[in-house]
Amino acid sequence: MAKITVRIQREAFNINEISETMTGSHAPNVGALVTFTGYCRDEEGTLSALELDHYPGMAESEITRISKEATKRFNLDSVTAIHRYGKMAPGEPIVLVSASSRHRRAAFQGAEFIMDFLKSRAPFWKKEHKSNGASGAWVDAKQDDEEALLRWQK
Amino acid sequence: MRLVYFAWVREQVGLAEEEVTLPNEVRTIADLFTWLSSRGDSYAVFKQADQLRAAINQEHVNHNTSLKDAIEIALFPPMTGG
Repeated sequence: MAKITVRIQREAFNINEISETMTGSHAPNVGALVTFTGYCRDEEGTLSALELDHYPGMAESEITRISKEATKRFNLDSVTAIHRYGKMAPGEPIVLVSASSRHRRAAFQGAEFIMDFLKSRAPFWKKEHKSNGASGAWVDAKQDDEEALLRWQK
Repeated sequence: MRLVYFAWVREQVGLAEEEVTLPNEVRTIADLFTWLSSRGDSYAVFKQADQLRAAINQEHVNHNTSLKDAIEIALFPPMTGG
């Protein structure tokens, strides 16, 4: 039975601690761990912060649903997905997805599948705060992100 | 029934959530957008229905989905997480 851990939180997270709980003596059958971490960019100095709005409850349930689907599809040993909300500065981590499995291919694909679906299905919305003090705009969804889902529908 | 709004939908309506009683003829998400857009200036955002997404009881739905079992309906722009 695969272990799925989903956390929606305001505070930052520790990547090493997460990796440890998914490998080694905690999971001796695991041969591969792939972790994706997404960070807040400063957009060439123009951005002072990102603010993430989210839908409490649905954020957890939607990421859990996506993680379960990935676990089944790629036969993963475990998944940890953490998504932050609130205001964060450039350089701070926003999201983490770790997938573990016996072999590398499943772990790579599992992490990528979860990130692709999380991007346009998990209820989070980014707002930019500009370095010049202006309250910026809400980030528009990208067509690329929608297209990224299509390649998994084979 | 409770309506909840997120991101620029919340900002334009000026409310995070509200309780509403829907007329009988409002049966789908598309009907709801039409009904909301007639409620005044701050609800003009719902005229751009093709740019909006919806969830019923915290699950994604299409615009033609029935509101029959809805307790909470969330209306929001396309998501930009990750």
